[in-house]
Amino acid sequence: MRADMSYTTIGVLAVVAAVVADLLLFRTKLVTRKVFWVSYAIIVFFQLITNGLFTGFQIVKYSGDAIIGSTSPVETAPPFIGDGRIAFAPAEDLLFGFSLVLLSLSLWVFWGRRGIDRTPMSGPPIWRKDSAGKQAGQFD
Amino acid sequence: MQVSQFSYVAVLAFVIVGSIWLEVVLRTRVLVRPRRLTLTIIPVLAPFLLWDAYAISQGHWWFDESRILGLYLPGDIPVDELLFFIVIPFASVLTIEAVRSVKGWTVGDES
Repeated sequence: MRADMSYTTIGVLAVVAAVVADLLLFRTKLVTRKVFWVSYAIIVFFQLITNGLFTGFQIVKYSGDAIIGSTSPVETAPPFIGDGRIAFAPAEDLLFGFSLVLLSLSLWVFWGRRGIDRTPMSGPPIWRKDSAGKQAGQFD
Repeated sequence: MQVSQFSYVAVLAFVIVGSIWLEVVLRTRVLVRPRRLTLTIIPVLAPFLLWDAYAISQGHWWFDESRILGLYLPGDIPVDELLFFIVIPFASVLTIEAVRSVKGWTVGDES
């Protein structure tokens, strides 16, 4: 049995920790909000591109001992899909990315609730002719 | 120093270019809230840099030295990685504020 924790194990623990932080520690409850999941959907799309660049261009490589898939090849790019890879990157990167994004956004909302730079709030987009001073929260 | 050593930071530049326009077009107003942004990023750095240092020490992942800047933090963490853990939270905040700007959905900090 391995004494150290694999990327897979740490990734799962990180997701659990981030969700606990969001729900219980910071009480931001982002995982219950539509705005978070739509934002995450956008972010994960770009994460796949960015991770694809990092791994496809072999800037970063992974050990088969730590991930579901095999060790990154020495000379060439890993598989685009398959062998535990998604867009060249280990599937574990999705756990890593989710926990990083959720923790970041939970902290952002936490500080806003505490009154730290709560305003000016975002919006409206420049193409909307809303009168000055209007804030987000009214377009539902 | 070789041009190829900017490969990693070039990817980060792609992330910034791909998200910073939201500040202007969707009026996300993140850059005018630097205190909140700083307080968001600093606590993220601690656990993720520790994770990074552990993963590097255990050989979970490693970097092509010809494609990173060549400067290191304690724990053999490339400076490029520190920049990553600043850029990604920043781009994430821009994204959620962009979605709020367009959709007006409740984020949880409205009052």
